[in-house]
Amino acid sequence: MHETDMTKALILTVRDWWLSQPERPQISQIHLIVGQFTCVEPASLQFAFEVQTRDTFLAGAKLVIQETPLIAFCHCCQQEYRPEIGIRYACPSCGSPMDDIRSGRELKIDRIEYAAQPAPATVES
Amino acid sequence: MHQTFDAALEINLLHANQEGADHNRAHFDDWGITCFNVMSSPGAGKTALLERTLAALTHDLTIAVIEGDMTTELDADRLRQYGVPVIAINTGRSCHLDSKMVSGGIHRLAHEYNPAEFDLVFVENVGNLVCPAEFEVGEHAKVALLSITEGDDKPLKYPVMFQEADCLLLTKMDLAPHLDIDVEQIVANVRQINTHVPILPVSAKTGAGLEDWFHWVRAQVHLRQSQPSLSGVL
Ligand SMILES: Nc1nc2c(ncn2[C@@H]2O[C@H](COP(=O)(O)OP(=O)(O)O)[C@@H](O)[C@H]2O)c(=O)[nH]1
Ligand SMILES: [Mg+2]
Ligand SMILES: [Zn+2]
Repeated sequence: MHETDMTKALILTVRDWWLSQPERPQISQIHLIVGQFTCVEPASLQFAFEVQTRDTFLAGAKLVIQETPLIAFCHCCQQEYRPEIGIRYACPSCGSPMDDIRSGRELKIDRIEYAAQPAPATVES
Repeated sequence: MHQTFDAALEINLLHANQEGADHNRAHFDDWGITCFNVMSSPGAGKTALLERTLAALTHDLTIAVIEGDMTTELDADRLRQYGVPVIAINTGRSCHLDSKMVSGGIHRLAHEYNPAEFDLVFVENVGNLVCPAEFEVGEHAKVALLSITEGDDKPLKYPVMFQEADCLLLTKMDLAPHLDIDVEQIVANVRQINTHVPILPVSAKTGAGLEDWFHWVRAQVHLRQSQPSLSGVL
């Protein structure tokens, strides 16, 4: 499952950011944007994330995945359309091939939510 | 209660892999090497195509293979018979090659040979139609194979691979008379998602169509050697 490798890549990137923060904040949520025209299955990614973050600095952090639809632009018709993934990609009005993808190829770490508190050990007693 | 903060990252998930791929490509460019990433589902005929290609092109091109799809050790040996270096990569349980694995292969090649002597490196990726398309390894062009035994719906079901392909070979054409497959339909389905990719019907068994493939390969190598600053295909 390549979601395992995707998750590894994700954790490494977030870790770099986390280490660059002087206070090493407690990360509560990671927001991803995943296009529908990618090879990533959000459910598998979610599962791999839970497994791989156990007992790490990301333990308990939530992965929030926002899917973006596949949207193409037809230059003949000068309009956007939604191809039916797995069935048909050409423009439904004129049959032109899909050659301008406007959305659906994203694989992005959008933002991270974290608590102002530093690591739990240093909080007031 | 504590406050929640937000940091905008806006980084590609595959950022690290992409950086590694750019690093590999820079090496290839330095050495004047053209690199092809050869991808297909398992058994579509990657190794068979490479055997034919090595037999035909090693007269005028110096070639190496980075082998990431070893069903057995024999795969690499099959290719070594043609007198080219074959660097076998242990992919572990990964279902695709990533840029780090290929970087290991490149550095081994550079250590054991003079890399500047090579014109062309074929990377045979792990047999899989899904993932390899998302993980660049430093190639200048992606070569996809689809055997006509796989059915005409594959380009629709695995569109990313066919959309990313710079050259598509329809393999095992010799089997066409025995199959209930509409090759025109395969081509039409590919054209829905990729208007410009060359689609070359070939048979590694009979040799039919291979001249067109060799021609494409030579043209890519010559293009890059005449314009060394070029990266990616035109
Ligand atoms: N009939 C026929 N069989 C082929 C052709 N190319 C490959 N094969 C067979 O398909 C099987 C898989 O080929 P191989 O090159 O190992 O596929 P790979 O897994 O993509 O490297 C082997 O049994 C080959 O002999 C072809 O052009 N025609
Ligand atoms: Mg093989
Ligand atoms: Zn249209």
